[in-house]
Amino acid sequence: MKMGKKTGEQTFQFANPPVIIATGTVAGPFEGQGPLAEEFDLVLGDLHNGENSFERAERSMLVQACRLALDHASRGSAEVDLFLAGDLLNQIISSSFTAATLSIPYLGIYGACSTVAEGLTLASMILDGGFAGAILVATSSHNATAERQYRYPTEYGGQRRPYQQWTVTGAAAALLGYTGHGPRVTAATVGKVVDMGCKDPLNLGAAMAPAAAETIACHFQDTGWDPDSFDLILTGDLGEIGFKLCRELLAEKDIHLGENFSDCGLLIYDREKQDVHAGASGCATAGLVAFGRLFRQFQRGELTRVLLVATGALHSPTSFLQGENIPCIAHAVRIEA
Amino acid sequence: MPAKKLNPKQAAYQKKVKKYEPKPNALRNAFFAFVSGGVVCLLGQALTDFFGAVMDLPPEKAANPAVASMIFIGALLTALGLFDRIAKFAGAGLAVPVTGFANSMVSAALEFREEGLILGVGAKLFSLAGSVITFGVVTAFIVGLLHAILPGG
Repeated sequence: MKMGKKTGEQTFQFANPPVIIATGTVAGPFEGQGPLAEEFDLVLGDLHNGENSFERAERSMLVQACRLALDHASRGSAEVDLFLAGDLLNQIISSSFTAATLSIPYLGIYGACSTVAEGLTLASMILDGGFAGAILVATSSHNATAERQYRYPTEYGGQRRPYQQWTVTGAAAALLGYTGHGPRVTAATVGKVVDMGCKDPLNLGAAMAPAAAETIACHFQDTGWDPDSFDLILTGDLGEIGFKLCRELLAEKDIHLGENFSDCGLLIYDREKQDVHAGASGCATAGLVAFGRLFRQFQRGELTRVLLVATGALHSPTSFLQGENIPCIAHAVRIEA
Repeated sequence: MPAKKLNPKQAAYQKKVKKYEPKPNALRNAFFAFVSGGVVCLLGQALTDFFGAVMDLPPEKAANPAVASMIFIGALLTALGLFDRIAKFAGAGLAVPVTGFANSMVSAALEFREEGLILGVGAKLFSLAGSVITFGVVTAFIVGLLHAILPGG
């Protein structure tokens, strides 16, 4: 069978690259104190967002982000063919409850913090394949809901490790269309699950770095592009330790990344003033940076080619307690003006 | 749970991770824990003396209302959202005394209140403190047994 759109081992190139028409971003109050505050559509005043539980707060953020994306595109939810979303909570309740509110045909996806790239990849394939004209992609995370599920109660007084990352409170959505104006998703590299023997759920950056390195190397190999082809190569939420490891792993493969290599987890907070240790993590990390900052930079003409490599740790609290390693994944999407 | 053996590639990577992983500042943490733990104990002793004098109790009886007061203070600070901020610096100094026990229960109670009184607060109140109680009781049983069996016990 001839597969015209697949190139190399794991990369798909789109014949009619789908357009990111509009985005919507909602950030938590702590994220609103960071250096990217100006790049978000809405910054919340408090973590509850007017709801009586943090889970409902996360859900309301996600609904807000989706509505913002639709408003910016001046479209109603009836004009959207599909809603692809995922989050960190068990059974992706934030996404599914949001889908119930929006009433758009829904496919729930899970890729932990790589969800935004998984969503963009799937949406692009569906659009390029001619199965839909407009798809809404979204993801969310909330510091309090993630901490409760993966770690301790919010008010528990434990000391954080210096290599730990801070889960971002936020939600991000993007409307992709078959036609329209905006940056285009021209290719995507779907990652393989990588297990390099990491067990520490407090150091997910180190666990995810090999997956990011594999996917980046694979993208270059499959497409023949090199690091200099891009204005920016942006990993998801590796944080300080993971980012350094990823750079070293790529250098070992003779791929030397320069100043155009960065990590969303290092951009969201002011790490001098905000005590977040190794940086940001959570689905909203890559979501907020991609749909908040990158989208605006593309609109302002500051960027022409970006490789977004969102990374995810695919463990669960159960698998960790049973002594399993942390399996990780990274998906890359190439976005061009 | 049998730990899966790392293959050589994984083992090499784990070495690399160790190289980049910053170590917690043990000396600084120990110092803060020593000072804050000392302050907690000082406060406990002051309360014991206070109850002893006011209620005219011998020291071993005066310790009971003092411990209850320390638990109350730990619970109150947790509910006010202050405990975790202090614990960030105090570490074990606040976690090891009874204040830490109060925090582990009240933080769980607050966290799971939304899941109802019975299956939420009631069931998950001991989600962190449970193992302390379990192993406290088991240890007490073993020590008690030895105490009864051993000559001169």
